[in-house]
Amino acid sequence: MGKGAVNKLRNSIENSIKEDELFEFAEFDEEEAKRGGYSNYSYWRSTWKVFISNRLAAFLLILMAVLLLFTFIQPYLPNQKSPTKIHNHPETNLPLKNLRPNEEFWFGTNSIGQDLWARVWSGTRTSLMIAIIVGLWEAIVGITIGALWGYVRWLDRPITEIYNIINNIPKTIILILMTYIMKPSMFTMIFAICLTSWIDMARFVRNLTIIIRDREYNLASKCLGTPTRRIITKNLLPYLVSVIMLTIALSIPSTIGYEVFLTYIGLGLPVKTPSLGNLVNEGRLLILNPSQRYQLIFPSIVVSVITISFYILGNVFSDAADPKNHV
Amino acid sequence: MLKYSIKRLFQSLLTLFIIVTVVFLLMRLLPEEGYFGDAYEKLDEAQREAILTSMGLRDPIHIQLINFYKNLLKGDLGESITFRPRVPVMEIIKDKVPYSLYFGLASIAISLIVGISLGIAMARNKSKFWDKLGTGYIVFVRAVPAAVYFLFIQIYITDIFKLPMLFKIDDPKTWILPTISMSLGGIASYAMWIRRYMVDELNKDYVKLARAKGLDSKKIMVRHVFRNAFVPMAQYLPATILFTISGSIYIESLYSIPGMGGLLVEVIKRQDNTLVQALVLIYSSIGIVGLFLGDILMALFDPRIKLER
Repeated sequence: MGKGAVNKLRNSIENSIKEDELFEFAEFDEEEAKRGGYSNYSYWRSTWKVFISNRLAAFLLILMAVLLLFTFIQPYLPNQKSPTKIHNHPETNLPLKNLRPNEEFWFGTNSIGQDLWARVWSGTRTSLMIAIIVGLWEAIVGITIGALWGYVRWLDRPITEIYNIINNIPKTIILILMTYIMKPSMFTMIFAICLTSWIDMARFVRNLTIIIRDREYNLASKCLGTPTRRIITKNLLPYLVSVIMLTIALSIPSTIGYEVFLTYIGLGLPVKTPSLGNLVNEGRLLILNPSQRYQLIFPSIVVSVITISFYILGNVFSDAADPKNHV
Repeated sequence: MLKYSIKRLFQSLLTLFIIVTVVFLLMRLLPEEGYFGDAYEKLDEAQREAILTSMGLRDPIHIQLINFYKNLLKGDLGESITFRPRVPVMEIIKDKVPYSLYFGLASIAISLIVGISLGIAMARNKSKFWDKLGTGYIVFVRAVPAAVYFLFIQIYITDIFKLPMLFKIDDPKTWILPTISMSLGGIASYAMWIRRYMVDELNKDYVKLARAKGLDSKKIMVRHVFRNAFVPMAQYLPATILFTISGSIYIESLYSIPGMGGLLVEVIKRQDNTLVQALVLIYSSIGIVGLFLGDILMALFDPRIKLER
């Protein structure tokens, strides 16, 4: 670089302060932009707009956000009781069994004198944790295998054959068999559900990948020299996002359902761990006595609210995330 | 068609073989105390060894497996351990089959009839009150664990109609509620799918043409839309069978119906390994047969499906 050029550069830097004053930012005007053929489309903003325009979904989203937050901070709030502590009468020292809901015990106590309010939230934590782990596993394994299955051509045959075999076995039977053989624990429950849960997801992703892989716009993108990374993030991923969200959202009701079912047939989590399945099952044992049915009703309401909310949220979100529904 | 059926049959048999082998091997992983039932404490080490050897459990694992297959082909699935000691498993299960068969088939039939009618009604009244009510029902049944709403049906409906809570063979009133409960899930699935397919079909050009020709909408619905929407439904028949299996396990146990589902829950609690093994194999076989029939049915219904690949 010559000396003259260096001087020129220095001058221009010194002048730049003045040049700043010479220019001013143009206001962004959407109408003007549209006239020039520019679309201000953003995938996530459109998804959000479509999603939130559904009033029921907006309400359920807030409800679930509050409920999740509450579930996880509940033990740290003041005046909360331990979910496993057995409460005794202060004078007679006998356990406070089957107390109906009152000011001290908001949901009453169970058949051995534990606080049902604390147990319901502790159970919700356990069950949601299992469900979220299962959902994440399902998404990660399902998408990886599904993408390989759809994208790598020579893997198509072997994976299809394996799929046909696994898909032929009733899922419930696999669940029962695995939980019967292993010791009852949280790991067993998660392992058994994870064993089969990814299969539907993988098939779904595979079909999508095959459809999208050879679309004209991807071909056009490739011809224009778009890097693969950009093709995946901009052309492929938006289609998969809706699937992933739907899977995670729907895995919550289905996992809670499996847990309640397995607990009923005696293969659930250990009895001392509060979970929604265990609570429903404890409540079930008392149904012959109408005055104690609250022990079944409270956990059942929580189960129903959570499962229905996530089911609706998942479906509305997957509709909203589908680019076809964007204006 | 024949080629496809044979290929599909071969696939089902392969699956069955894999399941039997895997289930057998997994069951061998269970602790050996399970083979003695209540007698475990009373026996000393040598006696236990002797019993295990006489049962063939000290043979190498592949010999055990071959023996298991030989007995299986003779229809012998072993003897019960704790549930009814020393009684052949098949004898116990034989009495249970008619109940499970009745409840299973009845609930599949009801699911099909009621579910498809509901779905058609919803598609015809799209976005009106009945459609919304039906959607609410579908969401509820598909989201909330069956284990929860089955229980509430049992408690409150028996209360309202003054029905007995448990099943009695000679009281026909007690047959109704379990059958209906078992159908609820299937009804929801069929209604959902038929509604979806019919709404899709309604937006197609041939429906517009039929309208333009002046056909009345009832005829269009029945003669054109329903026919096309019904074909893909065949693929959900096997799913219903699987659904009914898990429903029956729960319902039979809840109402104390002496069927296989109730038996499975009972023997799981009693840790009767041979009975659990036998029931798991029977249920898997039902699932496999169901899926096989569903695929064949679909190939028969829909000539558009390519059979040779």
